Amino acid sequence: MNRTLTRPIADDLIRPLFQTSVWFYAIVLAAGTVVACGLAAWLYQMWNGIGVAGIRWPVFWGFYLVNFVFWIGISHAGTLISAILRLVDAGWRRPVTRCAEVITVFALMIGAMFPIIHLGRPWLAFWLFPYPSEREIWPNFRSPLAWDFFAINTYLTGSVLFLFLPMIPDFALVRDRSTGWRRRVYGALALGWRGTTRQWNRLESAMQIMAIAILPVAVSVHTIVSFDFSMANVPMWHSTIFGPYFVAGAIFSGIAALIIAMAVLRKTLRLENYLLPLHFENLGKLLLLMSILWAYFVFAERLTVWYGNEPHEMAVFWATQRGEFAPLYWTMVVCNFVIPFVLLSNVYTRTITGCVVASFGVVIGMWLERFLIIVPSLAHKQLPYSWGTYGPRPVEITIMAATFAAMVLLYALFSKFVPIISIWELKAGQLSTSTHPSAHASQASHDSHSLRAAAPEVRP
Amino acid sequence: MNAIYGLYSDPTTAQQALDNLRSAGLSDAEITVISSEPFEHFEFGHRDAKTAMPWIAAAAGLFGLVTTYYLLGLSQMSWPLKTSGMPIAPLWTNLIIIFEMTMLSAILATVITLLVTAGLPSRGGKLYDPEVSDGYILVGVENPSDAGSLERALAIDGARVKKT
Repeated sequence: MNRTLTRPIADDLIRPLFQTSVWFYAIVLAAGTVVACGLAAWLYQMWNGIGVAGIRWPVFWGFYLVNFVFWIGISHAGTLISAILRLVDAGWRRPVTRCAEVITVFALMIGAMFPIIHLGRPWLAFWLFPYPSEREIWPNFRSPLAWDFFAINTYLTGSVLFLFLPMIPDFALVRDRSTGWRRRVYGALALGWRGTTRQWNRLESAMQIMAIAILPVAVSVHTIVSFDFSMANVPMWHSTIFGPYFVAGAIFSGIAALIIAMAVLRKTLRLENYLLPLHFENLGKLLLLMSILWAYFVFAERLTVWYGNEPHEMAVFWATQRGEFAPLYWTMVVCNFVIPFVLLSNVYTRTITGCVVASFGVVIGMWLERFLIIVPSLAHKQLPYSWGTYGPRPVEITIMAATFAAMVLLYALFSKFVPIISIWELKAGQLSTSTHPSAHASQASHDSHSLRAAAPEVRP
Repeated sequence: MNAIYGLYSDPTTAQQALDNLRSAGLSDAEITVISSEPFEHFEFGHRDAKTAMPWIAAAAGLFGLVTTYYLLGLSQMSWPLKTSGMPIAPLWTNLIIIFEMTMLSAILATVITLLVTAGLPSRGGKLYDPEVSDGYILVGVENPSDAGSLERALAIDGARVKKT
């Protein structure tokens, strides 16, 4: 019974590692070209100086910091969602977790690059690191930028380990089914995993502890990113709501990114029998919840500013509501609230297509939100003589486009070399429902039964 | 290495083989069970489940907390920076870094404990059969003293018994 149920799952999920479609090469080539353009643009900036970017007095934080906050937000897709679903033992999480955790690791790596790009002279980045140099340069631990260093590195380390540990048994599985260089590489990555009951129990315990530990770290990361703004006495930044507002926004954009990634994987890797409409529906409900929460936070923030009627804050308020930034602001509202609410609150439109359309809206809307938090406030500081404006230059736009391409490239390469769905977790979920059908709630059962029905049909 | 083991396609039969080995007088420490997924709903899936990992993680977290508290204070007092009327070593802001280092210590300790207690990385040479990755469950004994009786205990319900 065990083998008949689980073998087709392993066959299906390992297949993309051994078969390469033309699409894979096309994606790698296209994304790689854009990434190369981005690297060239960065080199151009290093050679000519940061002046080639559009950032200048008084708006010293432009696209680079917008993208930094955006990508750190996207990173909340994975580890946070995966950890929550793992802790509540949601059966439907099993095909979703690894897709999500990968987004976290790559988004964090991309996001953490932006402060270095923003430095202008990246070879001096080590000046920011805490080490006792002979020049007595020492980081100010009271600076939110120093907090970023610790928070992002902790989250990145934790997320990489949280992703890697459950991959070990899958590496062992690929090792046993491959030959030649693949066997050697996957053998090294599997660390000599055999699958003894002791190893399984230790792995499960470690994942539980990691899930508990990573949750507050994930919340702290975006709270600390929000402190980069709220600790400064800049209009509409100095707000106590920024911590939870940023965390909610990060989870919101993270879920949207996850839905898009899952939809692409489902089509390109032919995972229709594993990434089911049910998964999209559940994530769509979460996205709807976060959309409503986001609207609540925006309303609370805007109402407080409007009621307070501080002149310098009202300048930023009106610039975004009906001034130069109004088109971007209302586009953001439509993308982040109207589209998701209309599409996801209706059971007939909460389909895979509906979820993907809403998610694209959210990703665009959340990028605009990051832009609207940073630029209008810096362009309208307390004293009118310090007002200014900001427009991105081609270097910044190219580097930004390259980071999106880098995400696609990294994701494509990862799904080519590692099973993008955790095979052993999926098998364990299927077995636990088949041996103890009452152990899982209706959704998990439905999920598993769908898999069981579908898996033999797709056996190669 | 000298071993005898059976390969089972079903967890119920694997459990039965394990029970037979116990009846033959073997202790749990002498029996190896290997599978390509965990079996939470079977007794053999809970062997060796007891672990001090949560306590080790908590202790490491505490260690990280205390160490970071003192290291931060020490470095801030050694290179005093005056910033907008704040104390040289304010607890409010230091708490953020202390928190991150506490959690990082707990996470790293968890991973190290996993690797050490699960015997990873390992260079092989232990009882294993690649057919486990094909969905079979391996139940066996390394360096058996009485291979004949163990073979009878393992040979149930069409299982394949192998000797190395």
